[in-house]
Amino acid sequence: MLLSLRKVTKHFPVQRGLWGRPTAFVKAVDMVSLEVGAGQIVGIVGESGCGKSTLGRCAVGLFEPTSGEVLWDNLEIRGLAASQKRAHQRKFQVVFQNPYASLNPRQKIKKILLEPLEVHGLLRPTERLEFVKGLLAQVGLTEEDLSKYPHEFSGGQRQRIGLARAMACQPDMIVLDEPVSSLDVSVQASVLNLLSRLNQEKGIAYLFISHDLQVVGYLSQRLLVMYLGAVVESGKTEEVLRTPRHPYTKALLAASQGRWVMIEGEPPNPAKAPWGCTFHPRCPFAEDRCRQEKQQLLGDDNAWKVACWKWDRL
Amino acid sequence: MPELLCVRNLKVSLRDPPTGREGWVLRGVDLRMEAGERVALVGESGCGKSVTALSILRLLPRPPMEISSGQIEFKGRDLGNLTREQWLEIRGREIGMVFQEPISSLNPVMPIGEQIAETLRNHSGLSTGEIRARTLSLLAQVGLPDPPRLLSQYPHQLSGGMCQRAMIAMAVACGPSFLIADEPTTALDVTVQTQILDLLFRMTEEQRLAVLLITHNLMIVRGHADRVVILYLGLVVEEGVPGEIFRHPQHPYTEGLLAALPEVSHKGRPLYNIPGVVPSPFEDLKGCAFADRCPRVERKCRESAPPLLETRKGHQARCFYPSGK
Repeated sequence: MLLSLRKVTKHFPVQRGLWGRPTAFVKAVDMVSLEVGAGQIVGIVGESGCGKSTLGRCAVGLFEPTSGEVLWDNLEIRGLAASQKRAHQRKFQVVFQNPYASLNPRQKIKKILLEPLEVHGLLRPTERLEFVKGLLAQVGLTEEDLSKYPHEFSGGQRQRIGLARAMACQPDMIVLDEPVSSLDVSVQASVLNLLSRLNQEKGIAYLFISHDLQVVGYLSQRLLVMYLGAVVESGKTEEVLRTPRHPYTKALLAASQGRWVMIEGEPPNPAKAPWGCTFHPRCPFAEDRCRQEKQQLLGDDNAWKVACWKWDRL
Repeated sequence: MPELLCVRNLKVSLRDPPTGREGWVLRGVDLRMEAGERVALVGESGCGKSVTALSILRLLPRPPMEISSGQIEFKGRDLGNLTREQWLEIRGREIGMVFQEPISSLNPVMPIGEQIAETLRNHSGLSTGEIRARTLSLLAQVGLPDPPRLLSQYPHQLSGGMCQRAMIAMAVACGPSFLIADEPTTALDVTVQTQILDLLFRMTEEQRLAVLLITHNLMIVRGHADRVVILYLGLVVEEGVPGEIFRHPQHPYTEGLLAALPEVSHKGRPLYNIPGVVPSPFEDLKGCAFADRCPRVERKCRESAPPLLETRKGHQARCFYPSGK
């Protein structure tokens, strides 16, 4: 497996006691397991505060999980020596949501794209410029753009530059954290087409994180639905979207199609997660058991899984 | 039915101070709304949808923008030359407003209840006790829990969805007949978006309130508008009832937008990509604004600008060669 997360949990302290010892935590990610194979696209969907970005950052080693394991090429990253870790780091890249904040405004595009090659010592110095020109062409930009600064580009173009920067490391996998949510529909379509092409031609795997079920559903082969740090449903994308089993997935699907959504309220503050099933305060089908006891994510790894007491009676 | 709002040939110019160049943000927008009607104004960034709303309210950032021609009538009254005092009577009382970022539109150092009460104090002759009672009933009406407690709570203590509900309460506090909602759900979570839209439209039915819903999101328009108006580069390019627009788009831009939407059912097939980019507002247009990006472009399109014509019943498009579909 290219990437495996095993029962990954990430807590952040939100309150500290008198001696600076944390006294309260946000469970940003709670016991999440997932696998991404070579060339595969796995989608993660959920609303703000569900932990999807934290999970993405754990996957590329930007955050160290509180507990659980992250494996790159079947190697646990906690056990890797610094030099080994850097060598592997190259293969796991990330593209962030905000194309205005993720590019250094004082660097020219040439510098932005050459830097990863220099850091990782890829290619001979004389070959690097040619390679970078090739990258730009792949993402639909031109050679003249090399001498420009990020502010001279539109949002869609900046997202392409961010993608080219990630590609410069010749990665096996890219974590895409809301890569199209700040873009207009027509620009979004061109970036999605580009992502799809790079996946097919170069075999790069993606962990695609978004709040938009249609976007994730369009691109991904497997899908995980997250709510308040935990996975509530997962499976093959077509399967999950054809017959969503968790009431939250049903609501997300309805919302993404402009249909009526049966759930009320908003996601609660993750620092004060409800007892039992964390979704019960918003669930129209909640019963006593849901308020007291949390259902685990059950099902078949290869087909689908759902964490709901009542999925078969809905 | 009497017309509530009538915008005729509205043109807004934009001046670029360093170069002194003049461009056009709106190139002649026509918009009519009837009492109680819900109209969605849809387009991508830079198409002029927010500028249309700001022009109606005379809230344009001037400079660099300026209304250079056109007429805006509200309830048969020309809004062109009102005094500052007359405008204060219209904004907030006759026309309510809801903006995109609820948290930044509310005053962070004033309790929610006080902000609603302030609107009422300025626009109605109610006594302090009556204002309090009305504020409480408004908060309950927009579905906020525990209104008495909210009176003294600050915006940062509320979630985005709750703030947007408070904004709606404020916008309808004085019983306006027209509400402008500029991207009211864009900053909210997807499951909250529909709740807010449902609330908006329930209010329109109860109070016979007309709504101009400005959005970039075609999907939310589907179930939430009586009429859809599509803007491109400061011009209305298509207009009609949602069912017509979604099933039989006539303008190539609308067709392109719909085909560009990712859907699970399109999996594995590339999405339609509207070629090229939106021209700059400083560009001088001779023919059709969409000509350079259009798959059906002919010589005629580059030589003269097409008018907005009825192509099907209750459906207009600004195109010489509307879709035959």
